[in-house]
Amino acid sequence: MLYRECGQFKSTYRDDQSIFPIAQDRWALWIALAVAIFVVPTIGSDYWLGSIFIPFLIYALAALGLNLLTGYAGLLSLGTAGFMAVGAFATYNLMIRIPDLPFLVAIILGGLIAAAVGVLFGLPSLRIKGFYLAVATLAAQFTIEWVLTTFGWFTNYDASGVISAPPIEMFGYEFKSATSRYLLTLSIVVVLALAAKNMVRSSIGRSWMAIRDMDVAAEVIGIRLLRTKLLAFAISSFYCGVAGALWAFLYLGTVEPQAFDLNRSFQILFMIIIGGLGSILGSFLGAAFIVLLPILINNAAGLFGGAIPADVVSNFELVVFGSLIIFFLIVEPQGLARLWQITKEKLRMWPFPH
Amino acid sequence: MADEAGKHIGEVLLSASNISLSFGAVHALTDVSADIREHEILAIIGPNGAGKTSLLNCINGVYHPQKGTITFEGEPRADLAPSEIARQGIARTFQNVALFKGMTTLDNIMTGRNTRLGGNFLKQALYWGSYQRDELEHRVLVEKIIDFLEIQAIRKVPVGRLPYGMQKRVELGRALAAEPRLLLLDEPMAGMNVEEKEDMSRFVLDVNDEFGTTIALIEHDMGVVMDISDRVIVLDYGRKIADGTPDEVRANQAVIDAYLGVSH
Amino acid sequence: MEFDPFLYIQALFDGLLAGIMYSLVALGFVLIFKASGVFNFAQGTMVLMAALTFVSLLEMGWNILLAGAVTIAALVLLALAIERVVLRPLVNQAPIILFMATIGLNFVIEGGTQMVWGSDPHSLELGDPYASFEIGPLFFNNNELYAAVVAALLVAGLAIFFQKTRIGRALRAVADDHQAALSVGIPLQTIWVVVWTVAGIVAFVAGVVWGGRLGVQFSLALLALKALPVLILGGFTSIPGAIVGGLIVGASEKIAELLAFDLFGVGGVENFFPYLLAMVFLMFRPEGLFGDKIIERV
Repeated sequence: MLYRECGQFKSTYRDDQSIFPIAQDRWALWIALAVAIFVVPTIGSDYWLGSIFIPFLIYALAALGLNLLTGYAGLLSLGTAGFMAVGAFATYNLMIRIPDLPFLVAIILGGLIAAAVGVLFGLPSLRIKGFYLAVATLAAQFTIEWVLTTFGWFTNYDASGVISAPPIEMFGYEFKSATSRYLLTLSIVVVLALAAKNMVRSSIGRSWMAIRDMDVAAEVIGIRLLRTKLLAFAISSFYCGVAGALWAFLYLGTVEPQAFDLNRSFQILFMIIIGGLGSILGSFLGAAFIVLLPILINNAAGLFGGAIPADVVSNFELVVFGSLIIFFLIVEPQGLARLWQITKEKLRMWPFPH
Repeated sequence: MADEAGKHIGEVLLSASNISLSFGAVHALTDVSADIREHEILAIIGPNGAGKTSLLNCINGVYHPQKGTITFEGEPRADLAPSEIARQGIARTFQNVALFKGMTTLDNIMTGRNTRLGGNFLKQALYWGSYQRDELEHRVLVEKIIDFLEIQAIRKVPVGRLPYGMQKRVELGRALAAEPRLLLLDEPMAGMNVEEKEDMSRFVLDVNDEFGTTIALIEHDMGVVMDISDRVIVLDYGRKIADGTPDEVRANQAVIDAYLGVSH
Repeated sequence: MEFDPFLYIQALFDGLLAGIMYSLVALGFVLIFKASGVFNFAQGTMVLMAALTFVSLLEMGWNILLAGAVTIAALVLLALAIERVVLRPLVNQAPIILFMATIGLNFVIEGGTQMVWGSDPHSLELGDPYASFEIGPLFFNNNELYAAVVAALLVAGLAIFFQKTRIGRALRAVADDHQAALSVGIPLQTIWVVVWTVAGIVAFVAGVVWGGRLGVQFSLALLALKALPVLILGGFTSIPGAIVGGLIVGASEKIAELLAFDLFGVGGVENFFPYLLAMVFLMFRPEGLFGDKIIERV
């Protein structure tokens, strides 16, 4: 199929403003969705669904949340995992304390609580930016971790600190099999991704990018900085909170603070750097990359027949991640999504590039 | 061109009285008073470091003067954030282009409509019904501005890739999109060649003429200033030294001294 | 709860001693920030790398001086590599991009060091770790005092280096404006290598001092993260700020820990308290205690 724009004339602004103005992109999206809904569950094994596709989707959601904040609004956060933890524990507590609360409602409320906490830690963003803000978000990460491990109420006084998540039931159906959990995750992620795409092409998205690119000019054309920044924190934290809840309930099956440590925050930051800052597609590409790379490295190490000790492999992983971050920042700061865009632009001209 | 037929310069729109602004020991503005009248084109001139940009910054709230008051539309104004002042109808452009580099021309100008394109974020997330209609309505208006400034061809180009002259034009478009009552232009023609200056002068005159927008601009090119402005005020060392029609200012001895330099 | 004022005085002293060591790590940040405008997130793993290299060489039976010299040589090589591979290609990029690059660097150094030396904890014994003396009811550990003295000397030396020497002035010039520094003939790349090496040596000292207290292990890198709130309190460009900030963070976290335990019976407050303190502080004085006030121009 040729990637061509010609012949697709837009006669109304409505067409031009539509979410995917180029027909081939629309088709690609529908095909990807169809594959994700029909093909993946049929051919994917439980291992692939449960240990690769589900974490990939949840990572993508968290990366999307961070990308709204960092990639679009230009506010760097190192507290992503902290906000995920808030979402996970809020959802857990809602589920055990309010009987018969539907899972979806609990997740949304959990996300809203994460959003509120995000706003609280976003308050310093009025005065500070860049790495100063990064330090403030570290405060979020460490404080949240401490609160959750110190006060027994949040873990329902469970001594082990690792709580198995209550089963998820909706419409009389229990989401237990890998396939059902995968499809539930997929639908939540798709809905939230579409909402994010809509936001970034609306006035709120333009306000975010405006304060990212030049905050003084943004203020001078009437954008209220604090409100816009706090809204970015709230919405981003909502996404991260929902991702955290999904991580605990649909992926791990346990609720534990250790799942949301500082390294998780970095991991998600890496996803958006590698995938592309300020790109919805990039959040997905970055998540896929970071989920698949360790598998690739481990398999490559496996070729040596177990001659390489496991901790060397995991340290090698760190080196590869670190190098990739530096590589992308130098060569293609806009990440994989930009590479994809360049390929499309070339394809549009092909075979006559000049 | 104050004598041009059909142009009615109205009441005082904005009045700055006895403004003083200093940064530590540096006095950027000392006891400056100036009026801007409705529908006029006011030029603010003066040597480098005379306080011209500082005056604009006080008018639109980027700086708050230590002394003096600013009255807009007859109401004395408290120290407001620039965003609130923008919402009252004051827009501006900057000396060094201050566009949103990662965004396209269209998005930059659409951002100028943001204050009027509210709707809560939930509606925007759904992109449904009334929000979509609003967005389209505003797009129509933005397209008019794009036509007016003759930048149709660069509509979808990220502004970071545009040449300087074009960026200045987009920045003017973004300010116009807010439909301001008062438009502040900080050196709109700096660094332009003659042809670009002519274009820009024409845009400024057309904006003033077609939309009746009041304009205050800082400019160094005296030819342009004398041609397009109704009134000129001259700043030197943070003080106002002259205020009048272009002809009066041209003949003013203090102004000549300031520009040619006399021993103080 | 029982309230013992001597415990608090003891905590204050312990905190100040620990604080000097935070200052030591923070100094490395300040040096690099002053000279290259880079907020070096990898400073913590540089501490780990230096300490781990040093202690591993010692355990292989190397002479202490030789081990020290080889560690410093490794740090010079690291500085050269960073300048060539990270800084040079990213020159004139936004500070935030450089910051993120140093997060990547952090992982490369962490993974690389542990690939070479393994991730097991090592103990580093310098003198008798339990030698101590008492003044009244207060209790002091000799080693900690030595460490504090070493730190104080290093801090004083660096302050003089920056304020009084030619290279120090060149460093400050580079920090103010890369282009301008180049145009008056300051060799930017050499300066960067020098600064990163000096920062590496500061990290080395910090690693030995900390390692002597807590053993040489991965948590050194995390401890070094505490230098971030120190910088916020002290300002990113100020050497005295790094010292005062370190003392404040050290003392306040120990006292907060004790207070939280006395009042609420909870522990672990010191793990996050400095960050929270820094965050609240930022809202009121973003430029730090000693930093330069930022005036935005348009």
